[in-house]
Amino acid sequence: MTVLLPVRLIFRAVVCTVVPEAKNLGESGWSELETLVETTLQIHPRAMHRQLRLFIRTIQWVPVFRYGRRFTSLRAEERMQVLCYLQDHRLEIVRCGFWGLRTLALLGYYGRPEGAQATGYAADPRGWEALR
Amino acid sequence: MTRRSYDIVIVGSGAGGGTVAQELSCLCRDGVRVAVLEKGAKLRAEEFTGREMEMAQVLYQDGGGFLNAERTMTLAFGSTYGGSTAVYTGTSLLPPERVLQRWSVPNCTFADVEQRARKFMTENNVHLLEDKWINENNRLFVKGCEQLGYCAQQFPVNLKGCRGSSLCNLGCPNQAKQGTDRVQLPRAERNGVEVITRCEVLRIAEKTVFARVHAKPPGGKGEPPAWQAGDYQIDAKVIVVCGGAVNSPALLMRSGLGRMLPRLGRGFTCHPALIMVAEHARAITNFVGHPKSFYLDQFVQSDRFLLETCMYFPFITAKAIAGFGEDHGRFMRAFPRLQMILVLACDEVDAYNRVTVDGNGCPVVHYRCTPKVMRGLVQGAITSAKIFFACGAERVHLPVARCATIERKDVARLNQIGAHPDFKPGKISVSAAHLQGGCAMGHDSSDSVTDGFGRVHGIPWLFVADSSLFPNSLEINPYLTIMALADRVAETIRKNAHALL
Repeated sequence: MTVLLPVRLIFRAVVCTVVPEAKNLGESGWSELETLVETTLQIHPRAMHRQLRLFIRTIQWVPVFRYGRRFTSLRAEERMQVLCYLQDHRLEIVRCGFWGLRTLALLGYYGRPEGAQATGYAADPRGWEALR
Repeated sequence: MTRRSYDIVIVGSGAGGGTVAQELSCLCRDGVRVAVLEKGAKLRAEEFTGREMEMAQVLYQDGGGFLNAERTMTLAFGSTYGGSTAVYTGTSLLPPERVLQRWSVPNCTFADVEQRARKFMTENNVHLLEDKWINENNRLFVKGCEQLGYCAQQFPVNLKGCRGSSLCNLGCPNQAKQGTDRVQLPRAERNGVEVITRCEVLRIAEKTVFARVHAKPPGGKGEPPAWQAGDYQIDAKVIVVCGGAVNSPALLMRSGLGRMLPRLGRGFTCHPALIMVAEHARAITNFVGHPKSFYLDQFVQSDRFLLETCMYFPFITAKAIAGFGEDHGRFMRAFPRLQMILVLACDEVDAYNRVTVDGNGCPVVHYRCTPKVMRGLVQGAITSAKIFFACGAERVHLPVARCATIERKDVARLNQIGAHPDFKPGKISVSAAHLQGGCAMGHDSSDSVTDGFGRVHGIPWLFVADSSLFPNSLEINPYLTIMALADRVAETIRKNAHALL
């Protein structure tokens, strides 16, 4: 892991806010989630990696002005409020930044076979035959 | 750098490149050497597993995560043997006459394009699925439309031996979809055309292609390339560019043709789309059966949107559902009860929306949804919500509403939401898969990049044959039209073979 390592704790706190079920992930689940995200990030240029880390670090410090604590120290509902603020931000660049981070969190969680199965999704290459 | 020589080089193997390859393969009998250079890999049948992330990584450009420059929209296009025909749902519609008339491309009549499209309908086994193979996700759409007095229509599809895996967009694990990867390319290869996969075309110069062949990565999917990894200079008497609406203009730009072709990259349209999701009280058949069997086009001309049935995979669905947290998770955990509709806006050419290249020559798509496109998406989303409720859904996810979950009892609110939508670029997941324009056909270089037969203005040995030829949005799924236009390009090359080759 290269891109997320310096901001791993904050990233995990964001993932748990975006997908609350992620709180139940064990270390192997997190490892799988983060590997998927890292693999996806490798396609994108390094400049984007830096922007992502900067954005994640910003999320850590934004709540200090309102709550007096960093993101990782907030309660779940406070974290929700911080991310909602970013999602609806008046600046498009902030909304896009959050959308990208949210997408990575969803990709990591639901891109894992266990994450997909937990939704009840069970497509099978055998199609109709598998229903019988 | 290794040097190779061919008479004709085709760049790309999708609906355009695959068709051109087949239609020129008859020349091989006379000793004409034809090569197709495809950037993606050719997968073996058993490598199509249907697993979302695994397949997206190997079949799509950027793993399906190609973003516009503004980072407000995801563009999905194939990068594999067969191009996007390996990852579409096989929907095969004839081009609308009104659209071709509006394009008013010289020497390109509706009758000619339609006749060629029909040829490929026959060749690719296009037909209507039997009723017994239609799943409830599709049936409910028809029921909802009927309840509201709308007329849903069935998609003709190019399937043979479909088992209903629903995995079309991840490459059919049963090889049932009759794309160019199944029909045109194998036939071309049998006739003597060489297909070189993992071959990235860097630039084009005077009757020369510069390309880089990549080795198969250790443990990766797909067959190794036919050529050794490395850089190649390939001489060709004719070059046909079929990389699609993003890659074709980008290739011509990094080949230095932007100055003599001021319209290059302009006129990009893509049918921006929203995935709509609704929850029923009971499980329905949704992730089994063909995912895209019906559409509703009666609002195309009045409100500029088209509705299609669809069914996506967990990550794509999660991305499409706006927001996060418990509300988001509730829809996700209801997957077996979900119904989906795709809203496509019929966008039009806009001066801002275009393809360029960055400092490294990589394609950059500049795209902003115009107010008209946003209105189309909002109206399409509201209409979809009405259809969902009319066919019995309990709750609907409406990404264009401030409070995105709409319960059945709140159905009356839909029109109010339509009047005051919450459509913020960067907040809503907009995606596009019908990428068009960038090398438009037309009269001369002041209004277009090619003539009506795909020949680049001022360069008699260079042709384009893919969706980048479209002068404006097609307003329907584009594959048959691409094939028909590619057929015209191939015929032009055949007819002029004595002068060109």
